[in-house]
Amino acid sequence: MTSTMPAEQNLIDSFLRLDRMPHIWCPGCGIGPSVTCFIKAIQRSGLDPDKTAVVSGIGCSGRVAGYVKLDSFHTTHGRALPFATGLKLGNPELNVVVFSGDGDLLAIGGNHLIHAARRNMDITVICINNFNYGMTGGQVGPTTPVDARSTTSPYGNFEEPFNIPHLVAASGATYVARWTVLHPRQLERSIAEAMSKPGFSFIEVIAPCPALYGRMNKEAQGLDTLHSYQERSVLRNGADTKDLAITFKGPIVVGKFIDMERPTFGDHCKQLIERIGNKEGR
Amino acid sequence: MKLWRKPFDQAEMAAKPSKVLIDEVRCKGCGYCAEFCPLGVLVMSEDLNPKGYALPKVADEHECLGCGLCVTLCPEFAIQLVPSGDGS
Amino acid sequence: MSDNSVLCGTFFMNGDVACAEGAISAGCRFFAGYPITPATEIAERMAERQPKVGGTYIQMEDELGSMNAVLGASWAGVKAMTATSGPGFTLMMENLGLGVMLETPCVVVDVQRAAPSTGLPTLPAQGDMMQARWGSHGSYEIIALVPSSPQELFDLTVAAFNLSETYRVPVLVMSDEAVGHMSEKVVIPRLAPDQLSYRRRPNVAPEEYLPYKADGDLVPPMAIAGEGYRFHVTGLTHDEKGYPAMTAEAQDKLVRRLVDKIRLNKKDIIKYEEIAVEDAEIVVCAYGITARIARLAVEQARENGIRAGLLRFITVWPFPEERIGELARQVNALLVPELNYGQIVYEVERCAAGKAKTTLLPHMGGSVHHPETILRAIEEAAQ
Repeated sequence: MTSTMPAEQNLIDSFLRLDRMPHIWCPGCGIGPSVTCFIKAIQRSGLDPDKTAVVSGIGCSGRVAGYVKLDSFHTTHGRALPFATGLKLGNPELNVVVFSGDGDLLAIGGNHLIHAARRNMDITVICINNFNYGMTGGQVGPTTPVDARSTTSPYGNFEEPFNIPHLVAASGATYVARWTVLHPRQLERSIAEAMSKPGFSFIEVIAPCPALYGRMNKEAQGLDTLHSYQERSVLRNGADTKDLAITFKGPIVVGKFIDMERPTFGDHCKQLIERIGNKEGR
Repeated sequence: MKLWRKPFDQAEMAAKPSKVLIDEVRCKGCGYCAEFCPLGVLVMSEDLNPKGYALPKVADEHECLGCGLCVTLCPEFAIQLVPSGDGS
Repeated sequence: MSDNSVLCGTFFMNGDVACAEGAISAGCRFFAGYPITPATEIAERMAERQPKVGGTYIQMEDELGSMNAVLGASWAGVKAMTATSGPGFTLMMENLGLGVMLETPCVVVDVQRAAPSTGLPTLPAQGDMMQARWGSHGSYEIIALVPSSPQELFDLTVAAFNLSETYRVPVLVMSDEAVGHMSEKVVIPRLAPDQLSYRRRPNVAPEEYLPYKADGDLVPPMAIAGEGYRFHVTGLTHDEKGYPAMTAEAQDKLVRRLVDKIRLNKKDIIKYEEIAVEDAEIVVCAYGITARIARLAVEQARENGIRAGLLRFITVWPFPEERIGELARQVNALLVPELNYGQIVYEVERCAAGKAKTTLLPHMGGSVHHPETILRAIEEAAQ
């Protein structure tokens, strides 16, 4: 039986800007499920939504900021992380979450990514990897697998893509995980863990892009891509990040790979102020 | 279902028989809910919504145990589960 | 956080350092920057002083990161600043535009050096003045202040913070290497809380708050993150709710307000200093280090019997169009010495509207004008 929604008791709707629905994402897009996992993770983690801020870049994934009913900032391409850095350092009580896509975070935003990880900024990054630049029509990106087609690799991509967890781990992230949208329970749990954990937490979400990347690579239906996740994904918690590269048709290793502790940038700042701060007035 | 030991998260994962509500306006007919429901509660129907997308429908209302996978997988936030406990 | 560490007294201070202290006195507790000659000393001073006043110094990976970190900190409610020179200023342009679009109070200091490109990193110029006005894409207005001394670097940095908070716009302090690197007496007062501005806060409940519904002065009250307002802001053209609005009507409404909030309030913003202008026949229009040299030339000309005067721009943007228009009707000649090949002279000429002859006295930078050059130009104009 199908019917329209009674609005009151719906957890997901209570976190959405209903006056902006329907959203712009294509049928079968993986961003919607990622947002649902995020919303459920907020509830699971017990964090205060009023203190949770979302910062996003530009792209389809970047539109997340506009749809969630939290303090949210839709910034410029690749610059969500430094904005989030300033936001968090300006008010350390905030739970700052960055939502962006693979192009935004790994290409134009690449420099900011490795430095935010290096500094162990206390931020959670949810990187929705659909293997292309979606918003602009499906161009090749830094995560597009070799041989895949896109509008700017019409003969097949020959550039090696980034192994994102490896890059982020090498840069110093203290929590690194990867899930596909077909692992929604693990994804929700990972996001909750990441938000609750101090330090730079990075979650790569493998998501379908049926209208563009999928269509250009023989997965025109979102279901085709999800079926391929069923076949290709391999759960290996704690795997060595160097083994996590994704090829065109090869396995997609998912799991939680890094979960360690080290002081955050904010911790150091706080200690510095305590140590150096003017003693006369205290 | 016969279990050989008591699962640690049994309380959290207890079956919650539910009514599946689908927002016909939001749905874009991707088929994720029907495909991945573990109990086959939802199937794609012949009905189209005003935008021309095929809608899912509930095949057997009594089967839904409220696992919530459809809610989470739906890219349109179009599904809601209402527990059909005592006195539904 | 102790205010005892905020300076007060008389100092012999380097310009860049005075700028950093001006920011701290104004309440700046967040600095994000990147080393670049000749602004590095501002970053170094901030690195040393911010922990002492309970603030944060972060050295970002580049100037793009610096500009964005400053915006983020401002949205967390903290007064924030960055400092750079030409090459970094260029890198900051896109996100300066984001700051304008989101209406974010913050201060950006450009200690100008000879350009284009890498130019002469350790030597002065004034070649970024038009870029300050037009550097980011699209139509917008911005406020730019130009100091002529370390004392003014202190004072104008304080003023920059106040202006940015009042008008919710990034404010530029267009310094130059000469002023930034010279050391002079700087008097630092104890600033009272009512001398420092802070953005107007919302006075309605979160459910009723519209992030971009402006008050009568065209400036909207500003919520900050973490207070339960659950607002959304975007660099896309937006409506009063802050939501993206993809229509020409929304574009018209928004762009007009962003520009008009500066233009219609310019009487409260524009500042200049006039010396011997009342009966002048020739007025030299200058700013920054060049204005100090021009003053010498003007005084010398007066001693030689020429009725010369000096108009020193303190705000270059918004430009004092009306005053230039008035002066042009009074004098015979307007001389514009600048450390570039012509930038502000075009504004002067435009506003003079042909009523007075406007002449550029260019110097490409790398050093400063010799007072003789300006004096000779005054004498020539007097004939």
